[in-house]
Amino acid sequence: MPKKRMAIIASKGTLDWGYPPLILASTAAALDYEVEIFFTFYGLNLLRKDLNLKVSPLGNPGMPMKMPFGPNWFKGINWNIPNLIQAGVPGFESLATVLMKKTIRDKGVASIAELRSLCLEAEVKMIACQMTVDLFGMQTADFIDGIDYAGAAAFLSFAGDSDICLFT
Amino acid sequence: MADKELDARGLNCPLPILRAKKALSDMSSGQTLKIIATDPGSVKDFQAFAKQTGNALMESGEGNGEFTFLLKKA
Repeated sequence: MPKKRMAIIASKGTLDWGYPPLILASTAAALDYEVEIFFTFYGLNLLRKDLNLKVSPLGNPGMPMKMPFGPNWFKGINWNIPNLIQAGVPGFESLATVLMKKTIRDKGVASIAELRSLCLEAEVKMIACQMTVDLFGMQTADFIDGIDYAGAAAFLSFAGDSDICLFT
Repeated sequence: MADKELDARGLNCPLPILRAKKALSDMSSGQTLKIIATDPGSVKDFQAFAKQTGNALMESGEGNGEFTFLLKKA
């Protein structure tokens, strides 16, 4: 039986949105799929050696703001913090990121770095969009080893024969 | 008695599947792997894993908030 194939575009570079492509890619690899991820625009952040991803509740009304410590009744409170405070208080995003990272650890969810290395171990093919690298003046030295640099045509040649194709 | 046991308690999706895949890769055909997990989503996930990879899901159980699976390597 020929291997199933999955092609993913990863276009977002925040701590929350880094999960969908890497969870699906690592799981598909475990299910014997041949997987390729094309990292473009902000998705390139997921390929940096120094993963410094952040998450922001600002402008994201769907994101619950909960505290990962204290008694259960306290953990259950969804803090409704006005946008004005989220935007105006220095360090608010860093605080939200620290809280989310703690929640991720406490709930036994893998870190982005762990999922990425599991993908690489499972031979998920990772491609950085060369155009975006040039556009943002990024350096290939900033990225992990073992990835390719290519363009839309290269992605399409794989995606055209895939069973699953996702934009994340 | 399984040939190998994997403790996936406390791990969330997709780690139980990924750890199971890794454990199976070091085993030979016909050997069995017992997995203990606490993620309720792992029940459907291991069914799908078995179907897709051809490793047989021999047993599946639940008790005390824990889920156990017995996989036989294809």
